[in-house]
Amino acid sequence: MFNPTAKRIALIKSVLFIAALLPFARLVLFAFTDRLGANPIEFITRNTGDWTLYFLCFTLAVTPLRRLLGWNWLIKLRRMLGLFAFFYASLHFTTFLWFDHFFDLDEMIKDVIKRPFITVGFIAFLLLIPLAATSTNGMVRRLGGKRWQWLHRTIYLIAPLGILHFWWMKAGKHDFAQPILFGTIVALLLLLRVYWRFAQKRTVSPTPP
Amino acid sequence: MLIKRNPNGIDIPFSSEITPSHVFESRRIFIKQLAIGSIAGGALAEMLAREAFAQSNGAKKLAAKSNPSYVVMDKQTAYKDATTYNNFYEFGTDKSDPAQYAGSLKSTPWTIAIEGEVKKPLTLDLDALMKLAPLEERIYRLRCVEGWSMVIPWIGYSLSNLIRKAEPTGNAKYIEFISLADEKQMHGVRSPVLDWPYTEGLRLDEANHPLTLLTMGMYGEVLPNQNGAPVRIVVPWKYGFKSAKSIVRIRFTKDQPATAWNKAAPQEYGFYSNVNPGVDHPRWSQASERRIGEDSFFTKKRKTLMFNGYSEVAPLYAGMDLKKFY
Repeated sequence: MFNPTAKRIALIKSVLFIAALLPFARLVLFAFTDRLGANPIEFITRNTGDWTLYFLCFTLAVTPLRRLLGWNWLIKLRRMLGLFAFFYASLHFTTFLWFDHFFDLDEMIKDVIKRPFITVGFIAFLLLIPLAATSTNGMVRRLGGKRWQWLHRTIYLIAPLGILHFWWMKAGKHDFAQPILFGTIVALLLLLRVYWRFAQKRTVSPTPP
Repeated sequence: MLIKRNPNGIDIPFSSEITPSHVFESRRIFIKQLAIGSIAGGALAEMLAREAFAQSNGAKKLAAKSNPSYVVMDKQTAYKDATTYNNFYEFGTDKSDPAQYAGSLKSTPWTIAIEGEVKKPLTLDLDALMKLAPLEERIYRLRCVEGWSMVIPWIGYSLSNLIRKAEPTGNAKYIEFISLADEKQMHGVRSPVLDWPYTEGLRLDEANHPLTLLTMGMYGEVLPNQNGAPVRIVVPWKYGFKSAKSIVRIRFTKDQPATAWNKAAPQEYGFYSNVNPGVDHPRWSQASERRIGEDSFFTKKRKTLMFNGYSEVAPLYAGMDLKKFY
């Protein structure tokens, strides 16, 4: 079994940190070399949205992978993956607010209320904020492990909301290939947890015949 | 510059105000020389070189006379943007797909069948189609339902020329455009995103409006495949998807034809689909638009105009509730 030393883990973390920044670096590079295509703002919005979903999936994959592979050390990467989901979600939201609405808060609020796909995406983003804010060790201590864990289970709601946001965005264009792919992955990752919980309960207290 | 508007809403400059081509050509040369000579000019020279490249992709030239009655004064969209950012689901759903995959479309030989409620059903090949009426260049605004817009110099003639030739019967109230749907040439047709073939339609009076352009070219050349070669329709006061591409059949009908996007999502895409800043798309506002290639990161989106600025079509809809008939 692959079980890296603390030093190795630190190295893995640095590599992951740089890798996770590459999509952002690519956007910056493209912006300065005029390679964002005919509609740069659309490109940035979609790209940062995609990467938010990727990182949500990576974050949710940590626990199942730990169990399936026995790689317990993966837990040490989870915070960073979650924070990168928040990072790309923030870029995504900023693009919407800045480029699409030009900081016109009135217009933005109208959009958020009027359009379910934006409402859902906005709620998902709001729910991410407390998770990002309580991601430090200090906050875990202050909240207490149990309460912290409860709070962070919000991710089980955030990820499906993100998928719904994406689904509804694509719905009018009948282009479901990608939402189905993301939806399946997230559903699988969540169902595994449900299954394990169920199986665990059964082994702990077997029902009498 | 102050842009004058006549009561019809078309921007027609006096011919004396139009910069003669030799003057602006020489200005360009001057700018180029300036650019090459200066330090900061490197980037500018590169820009100009790119523009020059973009304007000539080796496609067949198509001669046409500019029709000054149909020339908007907005800045033209770069050829590269107009030919690489397209919705043409027959070649994939991504906007970069058509430019990448439309090479497999065989646009010659091509025939277009005129049928249905007409006294003279006919089948025309491209050559006959090109000769049916004098080709004109018209610069139209194009507003996509997705909230972006372009300004494109099209080449074609008013569809009414063809309609007159086919002699619609008294029963003909609508016109239906049917696009090619050949999965050997168009890989996107294998995917069930839309009910193939792509169909679009207009009321006969809309089709007969002089603005409705049967289009065979753009930017002085024959239509690139991704823009609907070899023949498409352009209806500038309606959202872009109303302007069917790569048309193989035109049918005159008594009843309102079913149209592709309306079948796919009737609550989002109506039969009329006139550009209307007052009627939102369920998922976004239609009040404003982003002009491709022009509005930068730091400019606010521009206001969308009723009928995309072509207010001369308003009488077609007199007495109609356009919120209901969206």
